[in-house]
Formats: sequence, C-alpha cells, structure tokens
Amino acid sequence: MTETYQDLELQLLLDAVKARYGYDFAHYARASMMRRIRKHMSAAKTDKISDLIPLFIHDEAVFAHFVKDMSVTVTEMFRDPDFFQTLRKNIIPLLKTFPFIKIWHAGCATGQEAYSMAILLDEENLLDRCQIYATDFNENSLKIARSGIYPDAELPLYEDNYSKSGGYTSLENYCSRRYDSIKFNGRLSEHITFANHNLVSDGVFGEMNLVLCRNVLIYFNNVLQNRVLKLLIDSLRSRGILCLGRRENIQFSESSDLLETVDRHQRIFRKKV
Amino acid sequence: MPVKEVSPVERIVVIGASAGGFSALQTIFSELGSKFNFPILVCKHLGIGDEKGLVDVLAKRTGTTVLLSQDKLPMHNGCIYMAPGNYHLQVESREMLSLSVDERVCHSRPAIDVLFESAAEVFGENVTAIVLTGATSDGAAGVRAVKEAGGKVVAQSPESAEVKIMPKAAIETGCTDAILDLADIASYLRQP
Repeated sequence: MTETYQDLELQLLLDAVKARYGYDFAHYARASMMRRIRKHMSAAKTDKISDLIPLFIHDEAVFAHFVKDMSVTVTEMFRDPDFFQTLRKNIIPLLKTFPFIKIWHAGCATGQEAYSMAILLDEENLLDRCQIYATDFNENSLKIARSGIYPDAELPLYEDNYSKSGGYTSLENYCSRRYDSIKFNGRLSEHITFANHNLVSDGVFGEMNLVLCRNVLIYFNNVLQNRVLKLLIDSLRSRGILCLGRRENIQFSESSDLLETVDRHQRIFRKKV
Repeated sequence: MPVKEVSPVERIVVIGASAGGFSALQTIFSELGSKFNFPILVCKHLGIGDEKGLVDVLAKRTGTTVLLSQDKLPMHNGCIYMAPGNYHLQVESREMLSLSVDERVCHSRPAIDVLFESAAEVFGENVTAIVLTGATSDGAAGVRAVKEAGGKVVAQSPESAEVKIMPKAAIETGCTDAILDLADIASYLRQP
C-alpha cells in the first residue's frame, strides 16, 4: 500500500463519517487516530482503511464503538495526585476570593475528575459556592459519569491517589459500597452538571473561574489545538485559571500570549487581564 | 536573526528498554557519542517522577542532547527523546512526536509497542528498532510492525542482557535482523 493511497483512504473515511454522523475527526492527531483505525481494521480483518467506510456508515453499533475509542476514557480519581495537591494549596485560595465559582472540566470522560474536584472543594468548605460543569462528547461516558458508580476494584488506587493529593479523610466517607461497586454521594453530584459538548464543533462556556482540560489536546493536531485552546481561554473570565495535562504544551500555540504561567511544572496558567 | 540550518529527518531509531535498561542505555549512548544524524526515541519503562533523573544522568554521561518528550515537540537529528512516565510516546509525523494517555499496553504506559508501531507507520523502511533488556514481552508486537514496514530490527543478545525475557520475546518473533551485544549496537547504528 503506498502512502499516497493511505492518505486518500483516511481522508475518504473521515469525510464519510462526517457526512453520515456529523463527527469531524479531520484534525485529530494522526498517530493516536491511526492506532484506533488499525485496531478496527484488524477487528474487521481488512488491510485497507477504505474497507471501513461501508462498515462504519451502515452499522451504527460498529461506529459507536469507534466513537468510544476516539474519545479517550482513561481516567481515575485524583489522577496525578501532586496536581491536585497544588490545586488545593495554591489555586483554592485564589478561588476563595469569589462569591460564586464556576468550574469547567472539558473532556471529563467518565467523570472521576469532576467528583475529585467536588470532594476537594467540600474539604475546603467551598462546594456550596461552586457550580461544576463536566462535559464530554461521548454519551456513554457521560452516562457513567452521571451515575457516579465505579468498580469497587478501583478503590485502592483511588484511595492512594487521594491520600497523596493531601486528602483529609478517606474516600469511603464520600461513597457507598454495594455489590462490586462504589457510588459517590448525591451531595457531590448536586453541584455537578454533566452535559454533552464537543470541543471540535460546539461553542464557549461563559465566565469560568477555572477550566480543566487535561490530556485532551494531545489528541488534536496543531490546527485543532490552536482552535480549542482559544475556546478554553474565551470561556475564562479575566484572570481565570486554566489547567492542562503535565506534558502538554502551549509554547507552539498562537494563543499562548493570552496566558501567563502560574505553575510551569503542573501546567497551570492564568488568563491575562 | 540567524537561521539555523535544520536537516530533514530521513531515518529514525527507536529503542525499547525495561528492567536493567538504564545502564544498557548509558553504555550504548556513551559508545555512540554525539555525532549521529538521526533522532533517537526511547521508551524506557519507569515510575512517574523517575524520568527527570534518567534524562539528566544520560545527558551528563553521554554529552548528547537528551530531552524529556512533550506533546507535539519537533524532532531533530542528533537528539535523544525519552518517553515521560504515564504517557505513550509516538511518532506523529516526520517532523514531530506526540503523546497519548491511551490504555496501558503489556501493563505499561509508556509502551514500547506503541512507539515502534507509530514509527513504522510514519517512517516505514527507514526505522531501526532496538529491543534491550527487560522482563516483559512489550516490544514484540512492535518489532513485527517495524519488520512488516520494511525497517530493521535489532535485539540485545539475551546472554548480555540483565533480564533476558524482553530481547528473547523479540527474537522469537523471527523479525530480528541482528542480535548484538551492547557495545556492538552503537557501531551498528553508526553504519550509514
């Protein structure tokens, strides 16, 4: 297979997906996307990308599986505990100066980061003054997020992260255990609105004090990274805080001069006045 | 501003290492020196937070530019790029690397398979993949992808490896072009 045809076939596949379902993956980062496409080619036992076109446009279930793959669902409670520790120590005091606080988790997957945030805010006596918005384009993930139910087997990892992040008690105080699951308390979810939002095609969220978008931009190419970073910045109020993933980069982006660095190591930025 | 002449990347070397890999990498890079005309991408299994020390020590010991990879970092000839903990390192294009937080592969993130497969995807026959010491089978699927794309595969000789499992798994795929001791891997890489 020559490289030229491969590019053409990829283009045709993405065009077909967009025309049929409205999802636009044209500016997704190539390497991660090809990994997923190869996986689906291997499942369909085909060596041509274009063979996926009839499969995707005629079989909604197969395509739903592809969408699930394209929206990365890997997450955990208090993931990167030292990030949450920094948040607690250095960012919460800034938020405390506001009478009402709006927070947006952009690309929340199955919601663990939003629940982590709610717990942290509760421990800092801020939760009652906060509204958390948590969005993703994968409806399946949102369903899990809204339920607040996670496998019991994850709890040791979650507890370990929570404790390393500077948590005051035990996660068991925030959830009930039943069968093989844990369920986070309704008191936490009262302050979280889970909603479907696609960073590629949907618009800004207004006047946020804090936006978290960790390890989402890495799945986009430079064109889309620029566009989405601008969207995140536009959603912040003046001097609002933006948190990205630890190995993500704004230095190659056009919008980087709209931000100042708060914590270089943890990738925490502030929107300039 | 003077414009620094940057030569395009024609070929790439990808290295996978696990248990015992730190000292193996030091040996290879000290031997190789700083005059090599391709980027080297390294996936070494490690704990989160250990990577900074690894990068600093390798840079100091070898006199080479060793960088901890960030997403969408441009790749240059003569530089070594290390995978950060908890992220997969990938070849994004001929000019750029990228990261992902996809599921672990062979219980690892970063995974050697992910690095090798992405390198094969972009550079085809112009990839040299090297599997060093380690206690997993990570890298075996990757060397198959490299071989299929026409690239070259080298395994560290199991008898010279601190842990034999990983190079053995690579050799058992039947895709290896050469099985070498550490000292000979650098001279293999110096061949045009």
